[in-house]
Amino acid sequence: MPAIAAHHQPDRNFKYWIIAPAVFLLLLIGLFPLIYSLVVSFMRIDMMDTDTSFAGLYNYKQLFKDSRLWWSLAHTLLITVIALPLELVLGLAMAYLFLEKLPSRQIFISLLVLPTIISPIVAGATWRLLFDNKYGPINQIISWIAGQRVDALWTINPSLVYPAIIFCEIWQWTPFMFLILLAALSNVDKSQTEAAEIDGASFIRTFRYVVLPAIWPVMAIAILIRGLDLFRIFDIIWALTQGGPGTKTETISIYAYVQGFKQFETSYTAAIAFLVIFLLTVVCTWAIRRMGLVK
Amino acid sequence: MSALPFHRRHATRLAMRYLVALILVVIFVFPVYWLFIISFKTPDEIFAFPPVWYPNSIQFANYAVLFKDGDAATVGNSLILASVSTFFAMILGTIAAYSLVRFKTGGENLAVWIISQRMMPPVAIVFPLFLLYVWMGWVDTYFGLILLYTAFSLPYVIWMMRGYIEDIPLELEESALVDGCTRWEVLWKVVLPMARSGLFATAVFTFIFAWNDFLFALVLTRTEVTTYTVQVTHYFGGQSNFWAKIAAMSVLGTIPVFFTVAIMQRYLVRGISMGAVKG
Repeated sequence: MPAIAAHHQPDRNFKYWIIAPAVFLLLLIGLFPLIYSLVVSFMRIDMMDTDTSFAGLYNYKQLFKDSRLWWSLAHTLLITVIALPLELVLGLAMAYLFLEKLPSRQIFISLLVLPTIISPIVAGATWRLLFDNKYGPINQIISWIAGQRVDALWTINPSLVYPAIIFCEIWQWTPFMFLILLAALSNVDKSQTEAAEIDGASFIRTFRYVVLPAIWPVMAIAILIRGLDLFRIFDIIWALTQGGPGTKTETISIYAYVQGFKQFETSYTAAIAFLVIFLLTVVCTWAIRRMGLVK
Repeated sequence: MSALPFHRRHATRLAMRYLVALILVVIFVFPVYWLFIISFKTPDEIFAFPPVWYPNSIQFANYAVLFKDGDAATVGNSLILASVSTFFAMILGTIAAYSLVRFKTGGENLAVWIISQRMMPPVAIVFPLFLLYVWMGWVDTYFGLILLYTAFSLPYVIWMMRGYIEDIPLELEESALVDGCTRWEVLWKVVLPMARSGLFATAVFTFIFAWNDFLFALVLTRTEVTTYTVQVTHYFGGQSNFWAKIAAMSVLGTIPVFFTVAIMQRYLVRGISMGAVKG
């Protein structure tokens, strides 16, 4: 490749010219806010006060005393550890279901993908309508099954809000896992799985030792993408509960939004942002190594 | 079971799979169906108890209200923001990807830095960005949001286009250079046409990401460039929701995406898996 670059001296800066606009935009929108945040996080700027003198680690120390912050992280974690494995297992089961020939397979797949392509805010809004205690169909269906009138307050009752959020989340993103895993499974060498079956290997063993190693690179990336998305979950919860009742379903993204745009805690919000970035970097690096995506 | 002849067993299995598939489709599609039919219901049907499972007649009054009040213009805003930002992100991202692939500009470090920008949680940068935008006077302007969406889409575009450009045989470019084409001409006349299907596929997803954005639009718009996602949330109420408006607005915002995806079906998997599955 450098060979073609070499004998065209006049174009030497071409490679920089064409990458410069993209890098400039990324620096402006990606890096500038970070540097600005870093500076501000060592000051004490809030709605009342614009104290730009150096405040040391004041805001970072505050983080440790802020139980609402740690609860919001716990809520985020709770949603992630429940929703992610469920999406993965359900998506995998569905992928197996559609792997072999099935009449009207393509139409089914197209219909199943619908939830994933609609806006998360619309997904949340839709489930808000579905979960409505009086006019929503979900309580109606449960009433039929239970044989008596059920009046569950899905988006208000503290013990029901998490099932509601996780239901909506799984509904929207299981098709994403399904689609990716279906593609990965279709690429698995058929002769290998058949050979394993002829040798008398059970379905579980075949999956564990033949299929899983083959689909793992794709599966790992799907888990990573979804894990990152779940960590910053905002839209669905905003549409369903806005973090309520009280702060019961406040995730880290919702909490940071409230601190920044409702309480105007400029410096403190910046510190939260850095905590989030720090945690994300640590977890991502660990996950990427653990999953064997980077040797 | 083993008493049944093989083809009978096979047929039973197929029927079972078909039944399960059908149930799954009903479960996953029902919420979308519900959203659509609410948008066609009269207020009496929406607030009927028990719920009305299908409307007696299709009526468009809920949509007419949105157009009369000008709320439907927010879909137009989303359309402008998403398509213009996609256009710029595709151009800037593709040429940047070409530089990364053909000249290894900045080595692996630059490529990794670019993709790491995608992992950044929006909430971590949205507040300083808001202050920057206030300072520059970009809040609630088309320019401001297009700039933001373009920049935010770039890592994805660069990442995807890198994969597609790597698949283009180098000989084609070399022979064009030998024929006396300049670098720009090679890029314009050889690389872009060759990567065309990749360009379209990537553009669809770039469009959808911008289209679906809520957090940035919530923070950086006021009245002029409100997007449809923000408009939908305006109809939420503490005690009562404007059901008909929520549903009709959501449908208006969903239809363009349905159409795009229906046309681009075969690129779907590679697009959403960020190239993990080559298709």
